[in-house]
Amino acid sequence: MTTTNSSNNVFLRYLLWPLVALGGAGALGGIAFNRGESINSLWLIVAAVCIYALGYRFYSAFIAAKVLSLDATRATPAERLADGRDFIPTNRWIVFGHHFAAIAGPGPLVGPTLAAQFGYLPGTLWILIGAVFGGCVQDFVSLFCSIRRNGRSLGQMARDELGVIGGVAALVGVLAIMIILIAVLGLVVVNAMRHSPWATSTVAATIPIAMLIGLYMRNIRPGRVIEGSLIGFALLLLAVFGGGWVDASTIRGWFDYDGPALALMIIVYGFIAAVLPVWLLLAPRDYLSTFMKLGTILALALAIVVLRPEIHMPAFTQFIDGTGPVFGGKIFPFVFITIACGAISGFHALIASGTTPKLLMNEKDARFIGYGAMMMESFVAIMAMIAACVLEPGIYFAINSPAGIVGAEAAKAVATVSSWGFPVTVDQMQTLAQQMGESSLFARTGGAPSLAVGMASIFGSAFGNSLLAVWYHFAIMFEALFILTTVDAGTRVARFMLQDMLGNVIPAMGRTSWYPSVFICSALVVVSWGYFLYNGTIDPLGGINSLWPLFGIANQMLAAIALCVATAIIVKSGRVRYAWVTTAPLVWLVIVTTAAAWEKLFSPELRIGFLVHADDLAAQIASGKIAGAAVASTERLIFNDQLDAALTAFFLIVSWIVVIETARICWAFLQGRRCPAFTETPYQQAQLVEG
Amino acid sequence: MPTLNGLKQTCASVWSVVRELSGDDAYERYLKHQALSHPLETPLDRAAFFKAEQRRKWEGVRRCC
Repeated sequence: MTTTNSSNNVFLRYLLWPLVALGGAGALGGIAFNRGESINSLWLIVAAVCIYALGYRFYSAFIAAKVLSLDATRATPAERLADGRDFIPTNRWIVFGHHFAAIAGPGPLVGPTLAAQFGYLPGTLWILIGAVFGGCVQDFVSLFCSIRRNGRSLGQMARDELGVIGGVAALVGVLAIMIILIAVLGLVVVNAMRHSPWATSTVAATIPIAMLIGLYMRNIRPGRVIEGSLIGFALLLLAVFGGGWVDASTIRGWFDYDGPALALMIIVYGFIAAVLPVWLLLAPRDYLSTFMKLGTILALALAIVVLRPEIHMPAFTQFIDGTGPVFGGKIFPFVFITIACGAISGFHALIASGTTPKLLMNEKDARFIGYGAMMMESFVAIMAMIAACVLEPGIYFAINSPAGIVGAEAAKAVATVSSWGFPVTVDQMQTLAQQMGESSLFARTGGAPSLAVGMASIFGSAFGNSLLAVWYHFAIMFEALFILTTVDAGTRVARFMLQDMLGNVIPAMGRTSWYPSVFICSALVVVSWGYFLYNGTIDPLGGINSLWPLFGIANQMLAAIALCVATAIIVKSGRVRYAWVTTAPLVWLVIVTTAAAWEKLFSPELRIGFLVHADDLAAQIASGKIAGAAVASTERLIFNDQLDAALTAFFLIVSWIVVIETARICWAFLQGRRCPAFTETPYQQAQLVEG
Repeated sequence: MPTLNGLKQTCASVWSVVRELSGDDAYERYLKHQALSHPLETPLDRAAFFKAEQRRKWEGVRRCC
């Protein structure tokens, strides 16, 4: 027994890691040198897994040992403050599951799909490098900081460590990112349901299904969440088939709407969901969506590994020069803004300083949970990239290009896309739409439909093409389900934050159960994101073009705030020589967000610069090119551009204020001058031993 | 029948992980915690506990993008 063990150890020590490194390098080399012909997706998977393994084995171990000095003998908040409710010492695998389910939302599915317009390589490299050196580090360090501070939230830690300015910036940042996030995700769902009775009726059916499960789990079988979720899953599958039946029947007209009408429905729905009690809609929907999310991600991973589909997208496309149809902007900085979740996502810092730190039984597990769960999310992003790139590029661009760019006529659109060197025909698009059970797949921007086509073709090749339409609508339902969960949950959180802020001025508004306050604050939040959502649906450039970069900038700004807090904590703990671990991604994020925000503000390119686009529209009205009924809607577009510009400037200024404040505080600390104190909870010996 | 027992045991442990991961056993865990830490209080019944839990759980950021 001992001999096998020691020979295993020798193998592990001397051979395994060099082999992993070689495998990763080989796969990356294979990807890099394989040009001009299609490449197998297995290369991407092998490269990703090797890079994650190396990052986890060496870099996260270095951070755990040297930078943070994780201490297994130190009692965690879950142990010290155990109350059976918030603070519960929990097995590490269970915490991992909860944490992963909480951080993995629709972001890593949408971002890579959009970024695929640059080719598969830029996005893939950023997802891998960004995660290993940025996102995983941010999640890990944020989790650690919160564990050492009784599970305090990012906002509270920012106030403690960076003072009032940092605290306010974090608070306002979170609220702003929530509004933009909900608007852009709402737009993704709207674009998937536009003039698609099948998708619309299936997504609509998820609402009563969730309510039914809510009633079941509350009144019929209280707390039986597995039973409830299984019944809900069966009903959701029925809804997918039922949608097909609706589509073929005479009532299909009831579910056939254009973008603006669907946007209004989502706005009304969002308001109702925010004021209804959570048990009726939000909580059961969350159970169902988590269930579906984990299941579908697992199925997709299995399908990709088993089927190893060919990638048809080139490594780079000509659109790295900024002329891409999916969104405007050069590869730098826009690939780094477009893919936020999957590489680095500031939002995760909220989760890592929310529920998760209150569950950890052993401080050492912060590495596995913080760094490891983000690696998994990054892998989801790689799979989304693969699903987008297995499509013929011509099809990918025909689906994802807005009508304002390629033309509203099918013949015109295929001619434009083909002229870029990505041949596609009207016949091909029609056959595909028919197979997917849709009337048309042109200009379905937002990423969800092309991801669904990609997933359907991957699943279809495993189980036969007869079910393609069902797979397609299953994928749409799956995306809509957890996007709507984010819409509900985000609206609610934003409502609480708004109530909290207003409560400082009018105490009654701060009472979270006082109905007038609930209604007013929910309405304010819903109107805010609803405004951006509605305008996104009437924007001839597709809405995603302006909203997604705004979301990316906001999310990266939040990441910058989280890294600032972590940097201040590392410096104040006396480890300034290791501060580069958080400063390096921080500097990169500041460069990227500043460059992107600057371009969104001042670029002379109509599809990039908000201000120049507004000026152009104003000039068209002045010269009489736009006249009559179109003037009013154009004026609204102009105002929208100006508002987007103001928000971008605001994000830029907030992030710079926090960065400068952090630098000032770190400098003051190193000089021995006064600065906000280091707030770590004192050491206490752990008693718990994890089984 | 050692293998059958082993299989049974594996299934049972998988099932308990699934239950814990999904929160299906939250009430049992609550009862255990109450018995251990607050033996004098009368614990909530299953329905009341579930109601209180759900309300409390959704008072913060729970889901990400």
